[in-house]
Amino acid sequence: MTVNAVQPAGRARKKYRMSRLERKNTLIAYSFLAPNFIGFAIFTLIPVVLSVVMSFTEWKGGDLASMQWVGLDNYASIFNSAKVGSKMAELGFFGGLDYFFSKVDLGIALKNTVFFTIVTVPLSLICAILLALVLNKAVRGAVVFRAIYFFPYVASMVAICVCWNFMLMKNGPINQLLMALGINFNKSWTADSTMAMWAIILVSVWRNMGYYMVIYLAALQGIPRELYEAATVDGANKWQQFRSVTLPQLRPTTFFASIMLIIGCFKIYDTVAIMTNGGPGRATKMLVLYIFQEAFNNYHYGLASAIAMVLLIVVLIVTVIQFSMEGKYSNN
Amino acid sequence: MTTAKLRKNISSEHRFPIGKILLYIVLIALAVFTLIPFVWMISSSLKLDREVFSYPMRWIPETFHWENYSLIWQKVPMLTYFKNTAIIAVCVTFIQTLTSSFAAYAFAKLRFRGRDILFLAYIGTIAVPWQAYMLPQFILMRSMGLYDRLLAIMVLQAFSAFGVFLMRQFYQNIPTDLCEAARIDGLSEYGIWARIMLPLSTAAIATLVIFTFIGTWNDYMGPMIYLTRDENKTIQVGLRRFIQENSSDYHLIMAASVVSLIPVSIVFLSLQKYFIEGIATSGLKG
Repeated sequence: MTVNAVQPAGRARKKYRMSRLERKNTLIAYSFLAPNFIGFAIFTLIPVVLSVVMSFTEWKGGDLASMQWVGLDNYASIFNSAKVGSKMAELGFFGGLDYFFSKVDLGIALKNTVFFTIVTVPLSLICAILLALVLNKAVRGAVVFRAIYFFPYVASMVAICVCWNFMLMKNGPINQLLMALGINFNKSWTADSTMAMWAIILVSVWRNMGYYMVIYLAALQGIPRELYEAATVDGANKWQQFRSVTLPQLRPTTFFASIMLIIGCFKIYDTVAIMTNGGPGRATKMLVLYIFQEAFNNYHYGLASAIAMVLLIVVLIVTVIQFSMEGKYSNN
Repeated sequence: MTTAKLRKNISSEHRFPIGKILLYIVLIALAVFTLIPFVWMISSSLKLDREVFSYPMRWIPETFHWENYSLIWQKVPMLTYFKNTAIIAVCVTFIQTLTSSFAAYAFAKLRFRGRDILFLAYIGTIAVPWQAYMLPQFILMRSMGLYDRLLAIMVLQAFSAFGVFLMRQFYQNIPTDLCEAARIDGLSEYGIWARIMLPLSTAAIATLVIFTFIGTWNDYMGPMIYLTRDENKTIQVGLRRFIQENSSDYHLIMAASVVSLIPVSIVFLSLQKYFIEGIATSGLKG
């Protein structure tokens, strides 16, 4: 039987039985979906919807009936609107803003998270591109190197973080190395209010770079060879080729990777919880840690949900930007 | 030999171009940076407590204290932690792979009412961070009596939208003509899924299996919230407990950390090809 003979017959059949088929197909399709969808609906979809509702309630655990609708109270409380408002009246808009970001828990958590993101994302990307470029050259043992660079991503956070914590201790190997270089930092990194944040950034970049290297490697291999050939004919040297061929060709990947990284950075919890637990003081307090502490240490579920909504809104904004830009990039 | 001399020798011989050597220096330097914590971890795990932060530090312990590795099993129920983690990881991986490839078939190859809306619901929740809805989920699970039970972590992880999304993307690249032909030959939809789609999607399944397994094995926050009794703890939370209770036994903490890394290392090294290809093609993770 030739392909040509089958196709028209198949199409005619499909048209003829469409409505009956559709009903039957819908039932069959639901039977395929049900096992996953039931679990998905109960454990993901419903909680997602409830999380919005919960941020407007007050509940300290115990009986579900004791949950109370409090309107915007939780939001007023996390933004400390009364205090911030009076500061604004007293010191002007920026004075109030300054108070929010230096005294209010949410402001501090936001500031820390944003700072962490702004530093970690570009550093991770640069390291990832560097790794990918080096590995993309035909080198012996590329597979071994690739596996090595990738390994931190697979290793569990608890083991990694506690190991880095020890390495960054007062008498640890990193400080000994710095001493050999003439820098005397006689303190545990995680006990210092500036260096604690950098310790977390270091571990995050160290862990992220291998993962994004893999993505960049795939993108590099997808760049058409002719582009480089044309550039060589035009007399471009290696650096010029990198700047005018490689980087522009990698732009969609960079965009995608930075979105993923930004979202990942905003959700940071494990590293902070294990390495510093938000300290010293509130120097490394991040959004998710704040949610966790309010919910599971202080049992302020409503308040914690309101903070979770702040996180959700930030992540959604980033996602919307991603979607609106994606069309632009795919046209290229 | 000085570097200048070395360079001269090399460029005159034309055997090892200087660029290649520089390339290897960069490669090795980066590999050292990546591996140093692990080397330090192993080295410290074989030392005595007071040797860990000795000055100047030694990378190779004076004597190898292998007994550290037997000590940790007496201090905490590591075996129980391992068992719990393995049960959770295997169950989650199995349920996740099976149900998502099932659901993905419907999304990719069947026409039915409400398909697009349902798929949008799946995709929409991928964008919502788990941390934003973990509280209602926690309350819901607790009211269902799942608190402090391994089952809680299983259902938490097993029905992720990510799995469905990944498998659906893969199934869409399988020609629909194949399904049509099978339908004409009288194969039911279940038959098509089992006998055509599954065998053709081993690469995607391998990716999903590895992602899910390693993700579940390394999950910290979930077990941290849900599992409180010691006999229910996973290796991550157990390790954390060990660290808090023996905070100055650096050598033992490092030994326990090394042990906790062994299973994932084996899985990664044996399946790394699929892992890395999976990321390269799908590009994302939930």
